[in-house]
Amino acid sequence: MTYLAKPKFRHPSLVPNKLGFTHRDYEGSISTLCAGCGHDSISTALIQACYELDIEPHRVAKLSGIGCSSKTPDYFLGQSHGFNSVHGRMPSVLTGANLANRDLIYLGVSGDGDSASIGLGQFVHCIRRAINMVYITENNGVYGLTKGQFSATADRGSKSKTSVNNDAPIDLIGMALLAGATFVARSFSGDKHQLVPIIKAAISHKGSAFIDVISPCVQFNNGAGSTKSYDFVREHNAAVNRLDFIEERDEITAEYEPGTVQEVEQHDGSILRLHKLHLDYDPSDRVHAMNYLQQHHEKGEVVTGLLYLDPEPRDTHAALNTVDVPLNSLGTRELCPGSKALEGINDDYR
Amino acid sequence: MSIDMAEGRAGSPAGARPGVKPTDINNPDYFHKVVDCQWACPAHTPVPEYIRLIAAGRYSDAYMVNWHSNVFPGILGRTCDRPCEPACRRGRVEEQPVAICRLKRVAADNKDDIRGRLPKPATKKNGKRVALIGAGPASLTVARDLLPLGYHVVLYDQDPQAGGMMRTQIPKFRLPERVLDEEVDYILDLEPELKLGNRISSMKALLAENYDAIFVGCGAPRGRDLDIPGRKEAAANIHIGIDWLSSVSFGHTTKIGKRVIVLGGGNTAMDCCRTSRRLGGEKVDVVVRSGFEEMKASPWEKEDAMHEGIPIHNFLVPKAFTHAKGRLTGITFEKVRAEYDAKGKRSLMPSGEPDVHMECDDVLVAVGQENAFPWIEKDVGIEFDRWHMPVVSETTMGSSHPKIFFGGDSAFGPKNIIWAVAHGHDAAISIDRLCKGEPVDAPRPPLVNLASQKMGIHEWTYDNDVALDKRYKVPHLPNDVALKDVRAEVELGFDKALGYAETQRCLNCDVQTVFNRDLCIECDACVDICPLDCITFTENGPEAELRKRLTAPAKNTTQDLYVSDGLKTGRVMVKDEDLCLHCGLCAERCPTGAWDMQKFLLESAQAGHQCRK
Ligand SMILES: Cc1cc2nc3c(=O)[nH]c(=O)nc-3n(C[C@H](O)[C@H](O)[C@H](O)COP(=O)(O)OP(=O)(O)OC[C@H]3O[C@@H](n4cnc5c(N)ncnc54)[C@H](O)[C@@H]3O)c2cc1C
Ligand SMILES: Cc1ncc(C[n+]2csc(CCOP(=O)(O)OP(=O)(O)O)c2C)c(N)n1
Ligand code: SF4
Ligand code: SF4
Ligand code: SF4
Ligand SMILES: [Mg+2]
Repeated sequence: MTYLAKPKFRHPSLVPNKLGFTHRDYEGSISTLCAGCGHDSISTALIQACYELDIEPHRVAKLSGIGCSSKTPDYFLGQSHGFNSVHGRMPSVLTGANLANRDLIYLGVSGDGDSASIGLGQFVHCIRRAINMVYITENNGVYGLTKGQFSATADRGSKSKTSVNNDAPIDLIGMALLAGATFVARSFSGDKHQLVPIIKAAISHKGSAFIDVISPCVQFNNGAGSTKSYDFVREHNAAVNRLDFIEERDEITAEYEPGTVQEVEQHDGSILRLHKLHLDYDPSDRVHAMNYLQQHHEKGEVVTGLLYLDPEPRDTHAALNTVDVPLNSLGTRELCPGSKALEGINDDYR
Repeated sequence: MSIDMAEGRAGSPAGARPGVKPTDINNPDYFHKVVDCQWACPAHTPVPEYIRLIAAGRYSDAYMVNWHSNVFPGILGRTCDRPCEPACRRGRVEEQPVAICRLKRVAADNKDDIRGRLPKPATKKNGKRVALIGAGPASLTVARDLLPLGYHVVLYDQDPQAGGMMRTQIPKFRLPERVLDEEVDYILDLEPELKLGNRISSMKALLAENYDAIFVGCGAPRGRDLDIPGRKEAAANIHIGIDWLSSVSFGHTTKIGKRVIVLGGGNTAMDCCRTSRRLGGEKVDVVVRSGFEEMKASPWEKEDAMHEGIPIHNFLVPKAFTHAKGRLTGITFEKVRAEYDAKGKRSLMPSGEPDVHMECDDVLVAVGQENAFPWIEKDVGIEFDRWHMPVVSETTMGSSHPKIFFGGDSAFGPKNIIWAVAHGHDAAISIDRLCKGEPVDAPRPPLVNLASQKMGIHEWTYDNDVALDKRYKVPHLPNDVALKDVRAEVELGFDKALGYAETQRCLNCDVQTVFNRDLCIECDACVDICPLDCITFTENGPEAELRKRLTAPAKNTTQDLYVSDGLKTGRVMVKDEDLCLHCGLCAERCPTGAWDMQKFLLESAQAGHQCRK
């Protein structure tokens, strides 16, 4: 960390987005995390994605639990809404917020401890309810904030600064696929080329989007023998595809080998253009994805990229048939429809 | 919209493409060019070093840093042409550079008695005799550098006092006599043999005196005249600007007419008009041929003149002096406009409008200054070019005569004090080498020191917080007081508090970001924190292309890129130094200490180095 606020001076050639903001306008307060923590790079990637998507900061709500990762919402999008909840309980707070105001963009920011240990139940239920959100775990295999005990995502045999993990790991990607997430991706904090387009695609996805970002804890879990270190991830990274997020359709100008590029059009008209790095990988087939991930995990590979996408996402609001507008915009007339309306409702149950 | 983050991908092929060679930070020029103010200063004064000393209240130390480099800190802190300020990197991130020049004055004004820290006259002489012609800043610098080494230095000047144009030309309201005397005396205290009031009229005769070396520092003493109709008839009230200014300096001239026209747009013109306002000129006008923007005078001098109620009229070419009964009555001007040809070259074309006549009682002609060497015989072995200028080496200051050196305005035409000082240092090295029988043109490497400034995890020896303050204005005497006395210093200078506030605007550009690729784990922390998007980890490539795909484009091609050797992923670290704030956040964020903030202190070569410490 540093004691100084980041100086206000900025590069004169920064290009403002449609709202007139540069990426620096999406910053938050200065990070208090350890120097070199992967989480800070994820914050930067989120800033870059929101800047590139021309997102109005007041349209974003950041929700988190407890942990170094859960502290990060303070360090990006300083002009957005934020709620730092209790350990492992971010998913239910996010669900409640989303039900009350369906108009905001929900960013759930969590850690592997927060989501795979104490919050595992919350995690799967939130995903299976198909909440329209981007759920990010900043996955370092340890409880960074409490000095580096292994979390539930640590691989068996993985070594931290002080110990060896003997327990089987929980695979959050596998659980998210099982629970019915309609957008599932894995990335690495040290590769913003891959991460930024994934975040942009997840924000534009109108359903339950989950991104597991391997994010090394330099303090407690970045040594030799760790499977969540910068070196290990770089050496074992097996990216299945590279994603371009395209807001409006353009002509593909570059020449590609047949079958190497796949495009998915989303409801808002944006295009996800996938450059296949593993030709046999099909991100539209959920069962195939689960198998592929298991097989490659066995081989010690860290599979990254856009792993599963359902272009027809579900949203819990549709299932519950809720009103189209945020609850805070309803007036007395809608909220107290009078005794006649009450009678009508009661009649329905008779 | 989409901005390429250019971080590169993990596992990309290593070093496959041709690219920029890793930066050699041991080449003194590399980091020197990052300290743009110091690089731009002809004498390479370590600017940020003395600014930090001022901030710490160590005025005497700040003064000595200056004195070693530029010899006349108190004088220059009031009069320097300040080539450092347009170069100052602060001007790249906000409107105004640091007030470097006026901070120098803060050091001079607030120092203690520093005479104990100056070199003493040499007790052991080396038996070599050197003649210096002219006692201006160029010669005085040569004297300062050579005297402590044991040289017998003979200082000639036609004027009765040493100082050259600093004494005869620069008006006292800009440079008080006591400031000039103090700093000239520091040099005279080293005991040169003074031959003042002594005009050299023959180089041949001087050579016959068998000096081991001769330095010509006679300046550019001749003011250009304006030969237009009426010049002779009205001569009594038409004065050559630099002659008139020296006459004012010596106290011979104390008055001027109520209505004065100053012709010319350089700094001499500005001094002429401001002096006129102080000697009885009530309506003083400056008239220039060219446009206002193209005037040679520094912007701040124009500003000061206008502030004293002096209008500047442009695009007026003098046609004739008008006169009646043998007395000047005014000047007739032709109105012109600027026209540019395809190459952008400007010419002044008659505008077709009627001529303008301006009435006046006196005219000061300040339309240029010229060199003149009537006392150097053509056959003494000094080669002159077709503009009648001596052929002089820019590195050694040597002429084609092995024992004769030039410096200051006499070498390459009129410049300024700080260039005269820089020439003086270079000439002194050459003379010292010549007298020792060493090759005069051997390289002159500077003294360089690079040292970590780290004191703790977030603690540095320098104040790395970046102040957002705008440039502070130097307080002036009010016009009604200033214009009454030609000797009253008009600028009051920063007081200690204002001076401190201004020091905080300095970005400490000498505290360098030094990268150690063996320690880097490519975590991106430095890339993420950098407020100016200076750092990129990417595949190497040809420079022009590489510059375009950095985190922020590196558009200033005069500033080299800092490129590392290949990293573990095969990428390289590329830093664009151009807009770095030296805030140290990259180093504070780096988990491994791969970035360190190290102070780069460079002192230009000087003869013998005796005046350094
Ligand atoms: C009006 C005016 C204002 C200026 N203001 C500034 C300013 O604010 N800042 C700045 O940096 N520069 C300023 N300058 C320029 C600056 O004064 C000169 O560039 C500088 O003084 C040159 O130094 P020098 O040592 O080469 O020669 P000079 O200072 O010109 O000194 C040469 C000396 O040699 C003597 N000399 C000449 N010929 C002989 C001879 N044959 N025998 C004996 N002695 C001789 C002369 O009397 C003179 O004293 C100004 C110039 C003028 C004209
Ligand atoms: C209810 C509760 N139990 C335990 C804790 C102690 N605690 C704080 S953070 C943390 C683990 C955080 O791990 P993770 O989510 O992986 O975040 P990281 O710090 O690694 O980013 C724990 C167990 C707590 N704050 N609250
Ligand atoms: S303890 Fe680990 S996770 Fe927490 S800030 Fe430090 S490096 Fe990041
Ligand atoms: S010192 Fe480091 S962080 Fe600060 S501007 Fe320079 S490169 Fe960026
Ligand atoms: S912060 Fe240090 S270790 Fe990390 S990428 Fe930058 S230089 Fe390398
Ligand atoms: Mg964790």
